[in-house]
Amino acid sequence: MTLLRLRDLDVAIGGTPILAGVGFDLAEGAVMGLVGESGSGKSMTALALMGLLPEGATVTGRADFAGRDLLALSETALCGLRGREIGMIFQEPMTALNPLQTIGDQVAETLIVHGAARRAEARGVAAERLARVGLPQDRFPLSLYPHELSGGQRQRVCIAMAVALRPKLLIADEPTTALDVTTQAQILDLLTGLVAEERMAMLLITHDLAVVSGTADHVAVMQAGRIVEAGATEAVFRTRAHDYTRRLFAASAHRPDRRPPPPGGEAPPLLEVRGAVREYRLPRPGPFAPHPALRAVDGVSFALGPGESLGLVGESGCGKSTLTRAILGLDALQGGEIRLAGVPVGPGMDPALRARVQVVFQDPYGSFDPRWRVERLVAEPFHLTGRPDDWRDRVGAALREVGLAPGDGAKFIHEFSGGQRQRIAIARALIIRPDLIVLDEAVSALDVRVRAQILDLLAALQDSHGLAYLFISHDLSVVRAVTDRVLVMQAGRIVEDGAAEAVLTAPRHAYTQQLVAATPKIPEDWM
Amino acid sequence: MGPSSLAAEIPGSDMIAYLARRLVSLALSLAAASVAIFAVIEVIPGDPAAFMLGLNASPETVAALRAELGLEGGPVDRYLAWAGGMLTGDFGVSYTYRTPVADLVADRLAVSGPLALLALALAAGLALPVGLLAAARRGRAADVAVMGATQIGISVPNFWFAMLLVLVFAVNWQVLPAGGFPGWQAGAGPALAALILPAVALALPQAAILARVLRSALIETLGQDYIRTARAKGLSRGQALRRHAFRNALIPVLTILGMQFSFLLAGAIIIENVFYLPGLGRLVFQAITQRDLVVVESVVMLLVAAVILVTFLVDLAYAAVDPRLRHRA
Repeated sequence: MTLLRLRDLDVAIGGTPILAGVGFDLAEGAVMGLVGESGSGKSMTALALMGLLPEGATVTGRADFAGRDLLALSETALCGLRGREIGMIFQEPMTALNPLQTIGDQVAETLIVHGAARRAEARGVAAERLARVGLPQDRFPLSLYPHELSGGQRQRVCIAMAVALRPKLLIADEPTTALDVTTQAQILDLLTGLVAEERMAMLLITHDLAVVSGTADHVAVMQAGRIVEAGATEAVFRTRAHDYTRRLFAASAHRPDRRPPPPGGEAPPLLEVRGAVREYRLPRPGPFAPHPALRAVDGVSFALGPGESLGLVGESGCGKSTLTRAILGLDALQGGEIRLAGVPVGPGMDPALRARVQVVFQDPYGSFDPRWRVERLVAEPFHLTGRPDDWRDRVGAALREVGLAPGDGAKFIHEFSGGQRQRIAIARALIIRPDLIVLDEAVSALDVRVRAQILDLLAALQDSHGLAYLFISHDLSVVRAVTDRVLVMQAGRIVEDGAAEAVLTAPRHAYTQQLVAATPKIPEDWM
Repeated sequence: MGPSSLAAEIPGSDMIAYLARRLVSLALSLAAASVAIFAVIEVIPGDPAAFMLGLNASPETVAALRAELGLEGGPVDRYLAWAGGMLTGDFGVSYTYRTPVADLVADRLAVSGPLALLALALAAGLALPVGLLAAARRGRAADVAVMGATQIGISVPNFWFAMLLVLVFAVNWQVLPAGGFPGWQAGAGPALAALILPAVALALPQAAILARVLRSALIETLGQDYIRTARAKGLSRGQALRRHAFRNALIPVLTILGMQFSFLLAGAIIIENVFYLPGLGRLVFQAITQRDLVVVESVVMLLVAAVILVTFLVDLAYAAVDPRLRHRA
């Protein structure tokens, strides 16, 4: 039986059309995936169904849900429906919970606000629901606050809140995008288990084709506010009738053309990390107790040759970022040493040495000063070496190298898209001709098609400039596509080290095996 | 997978440790402040006795005052005597009033303390609903009205409000006294009546500031992800505002409230003058003009102590509101 029948959904915000003629059917107890790139209108479709669009949005169309048109309901009627008949979870579990309320109160509130239970009774149900999502009372009492839980645990609390009243439909908007692969696998398992157990339908919104292929029976592909293709997941993914679907697939499997890795052996290493140890002081457990230390990097050793691409993979909290900061010379080590071209790096290092290693960060929105013009942003590394007289020409040349126009230097950063900003970040890293660029999750925030372009650009630049890359990522498929060798990091240690292809197809260490197994894949025979 | 180790501790131990750290820092701040005040007033400007008596004093009178003030001896001994005296309630004797400073201050605090508390309660009582209303109706008529009224409240000086209030309530309608203070021995009714107009005059600008702070904090909080989560659970806009946004917006409001109380305690001097109230502000002002350093020193120390104490209470309030703060140093 059809649970939700959506027809001709048009949404405009402030006169700008966002969605045009969106429609699909969702059967009771079925899982449907809604895929597409950022800005394609996936989340807006969900928010329109929930009646939670931003102010100033106009909505037309029809959404029949259990005999009522969701788009025609009053706000009061929608309040009675949200959380009771349609539950929703969001992408960012770290901020999705009220930091000042216990998890028990927040789950119980779903019941209380709908008058389904009194307080004491609601807490009982909350305990039972939290146990069902994997947070049993003996280890996760109701009195915990969100900050005492990890991201995956917080997403479980959000799920418990959304399914507390056993809704008929659960809308999951990128529920695992902010999580590590092993946590993602657990959360997806939990969601599919709940759907089957409670005969709940789920609308799964994601940019990740592999997640959809393993979870959803049906899929709809969105592009620029429209559904361009829909049907049974296997059929859509095998035939790829629409050009956009084909391009998405091509981009997600894209491997840039790379020249063979330089012959190792003779040349001395460019970067050498030997027994690196980095500790953080933790808060005192008691008023006069000594500070305990957290060993974030625990005896890491590796070498990176000139012109080599080295991948560093691991989950959040494994010490990747701490190690990166030490390699950049931002933090001092508590043990071991890091040498760049034979010279030790550290907070007091010579600017000329610092100029030999540059970095590109993950967030193309947060890593630029919004009040500086692009030319000043790109020219910033010159403060290490002294600004040459022809700096404007050099900025223009660097912008051209990353595929932008030299005239873009006069613009401000808000005039550029995420992919263009990442190109500007690469131009900033290139401008003083470093030997090594550290790419810290540099393509993780990008859509697949933009990501493919940036990976091509990085490969071309490596070829023309003989750059070495340290490519830090949680995404195994990207690391495999662009690196020669890979290090796998777990709890501050390198647990596996070898040729990228070999490590990621036939992992030897148990942790690498676990990572590879948890990574969602589109079945081989669909490709 | 398990909750962080912090949660594994005995319940309440976080709060006790937090309190202990805060108390130690409170005591250290008080000690540092007392040293600074003592140094500035008694040591740096030369001979306080000569300063207090003016240019024409004979050496004999200066010597006599020096002996009376206990200025003989090294600065360390004098500081210890002064600080020790304060701890036992002995603030010295005022040179101009010829009475113990402790009695003088106690008399004035009996006016300034209730006045500040009354003004603060009025300001908070007015600002909280108004700020909530403005945030809930953001961009609509009620919000525009609140923003306009608070702009006036901030820009118009409080003594002008005070005179307006006197004209209306004391001169025209004659329901409240225009000034003076009958003292608490005359009964709580007349004493409170004398404090109402000054408290209102003091509270209005503070309420305007507080309402604007609350409004902007609420608007920022309403954009947070957890408000969207609350709405997805079925809470109405108003329920999400009251149950989730309000408490999260309280931190900046508490900060401002703490600063306002410290200001109201001694900063009410203009209003005290308008209403002819014997408050702490007037006492300091007179003591400074009469060069009564004994009084100045004691009252400044008292005000610094009040600021430190209020800051301590605000810190405790933060921790009560926000569980995350209980773990920090």
